[in-house]
Amino acid sequence: MTINESAQGVVEEFLMFDDWMEKYAYLIELGKDLPVIDAQFKTNNHLISGCQSRVWLHAEQQDGRLVFTADSDAVITKGIVSLLIRILSNHTPQEILEADFKFLDSIGLQEHLSPTRANGLASMIKQIQLYAKAFQLKSNQL
Amino acid sequence: MDFPVNQLRNDFPILSTQVHGKPLVYFDNGATTQKPRQVIDRLVQYYETENSNVHRGSHHLSNMATASYEGARSFVAKFIHAQSADEIIFTRGTTESINLVSTCFQSFIHQGDEIIISEMEHHSNLVPWQQLCLSKKARLRVIPVLEDGTLDMETATKLLSSKVKMMAISHISNVLGTINPVKELIAEAHKYKIPVLIDGAQAIAHTAVDVRDMDCDFYAFSSHKAYGPMGAGVLYGKSVWLNKMPPYQFGGEMIDQVFLNETVFNRLPYKFEAGTPNVADVLGMETALHYLETIGIDNIQQYEDELLKQATALILEVPGIKLIGTAKHKTAVLSFVVEGVHPYDLGTLLDQMGIAVRTGNHCAQPLVESMGINGTIRASFGLYNTISEVEYFVESLKKAIAMLL
Repeated sequence: MTINESAQGVVEEFLMFDDWMEKYAYLIELGKDLPVIDAQFKTNNHLISGCQSRVWLHAEQQDGRLVFTADSDAVITKGIVSLLIRILSNHTPQEILEADFKFLDSIGLQEHLSPTRANGLASMIKQIQLYAKAFQLKSNQL
Repeated sequence: MDFPVNQLRNDFPILSTQVHGKPLVYFDNGATTQKPRQVIDRLVQYYETENSNVHRGSHHLSNMATASYEGARSFVAKFIHAQSADEIIFTRGTTESINLVSTCFQSFIHQGDEIIISEMEHHSNLVPWQQLCLSKKARLRVIPVLEDGTLDMETATKLLSSKVKMMAISHISNVLGTINPVKELIAEAHKYKIPVLIDGAQAIAHTAVDVRDMDCDFYAFSSHKAYGPMGAGVLYGKSVWLNKMPPYQFGGEMIDQVFLNETVFNRLPYKFEAGTPNVADVLGMETALHYLETIGIDNIQQYEDELLKQATALILEVPGIKLIGTAKHKTAVLSFVVEGVHPYDLGTLLDQMGIAVRTGNHCAQPLVESMGINGTIRASFGLYNTISEVEYFVESLKKAIAMLL
């Protein structure tokens, strides 16, 4: 599945919710289900700045594709990072760098999250793109 | 006397707005208060009929603006019971007021000197003193906070000595709501001739401030936390200190005579007001303080105390709640944590229900970290909040916790 296809899937899932409570209940559920990051990566090096809650993000390359794991001390944040990972994990750095994040608008995440959290979201995306860029540079050098 | 809260609410246009389709419940008054129509009208009136630069022109408008501006200064002096209007310096707010003093004190602080603050200080009354100590190789001494959110007065007294060149303490804690025994602390400090600065940011809208009775040497507050506009504030200073201090910034207005090689600085209070002042917002602040005076600051305090008492009782019924700050003398601040729930998650869900609260460390990281928590949820009340809003808040809180656990 391409990044666009999985993003479209997420948008359709969110369209089914009638009100904000269902939407947040779903994000909380996703947050609780997120596979926890390996303890060795829960360090300040993996901490994303710009979030009011703490978010750790780790990336590694498997067969040319990036696999992300993450954790947060706030469960809604965890739900959001879990959505991002579901869409972006298992893609090549090139695909991630070309990804369009407009789907976040369609599921109302941007408009419904407080400005600091929205910035947190922006920081998460930026960090994911930085990882992609770094791995791309590394493979170009090999 | 019944407090006319519903009538007062009508003065605040923003209170009738909706957030995410729900009526706004504004419980973030510790961060900033909403503005009554009277204050908003005052700003418009100034720009429509009075706008002109003060103290300069010889024309009609300038004279009018100057009279209004100096009238505001006299009003503020009376409001906090200063000796004279010359002791009232207009600033951008509490932070600038404190920075003005810490910057001007550079020439009074030397290696080995000490400055006392407390563990509950807002970053604005912490970082300026910390940086001053670092640059002068002076020592920052910190009064600890006890479990219930009060100052450790025993340690405070022990820290006093002739080495101490400044004590800077908040009147009321922005995280805990504790009303500190400032008068007692000031009397103790004065035994060693230590000047005392009181950070009144959280006090000015909630309790009567009498700088002469308190006998503080400096008192700082912001307009925007007292129903006035943002961008204006006050530094009160005893004239004996203000005269001793060098100017803070240089430029227009703060000078008396300028020669190419030297300058004679203006007298108080102009010596500390370089550049064109924020006239409109100062006039708005005057209107806001007048508004408080008309209602009666004691009536406001009584009403808010009762609201806090009822809110505390209601919130303690919520399972897993732990109050942060349980001092006997408290004002309109309810800080708490919920076991197993991140404050930020709660803040997000409460926002969806139209409730504005603050979450996080409230610009008081050392205090929050000393308590071993990752932040609190803070509901802070103002004169327009009602018990039915508190009830809705507690119900919403229960709903949000149920979603998160």
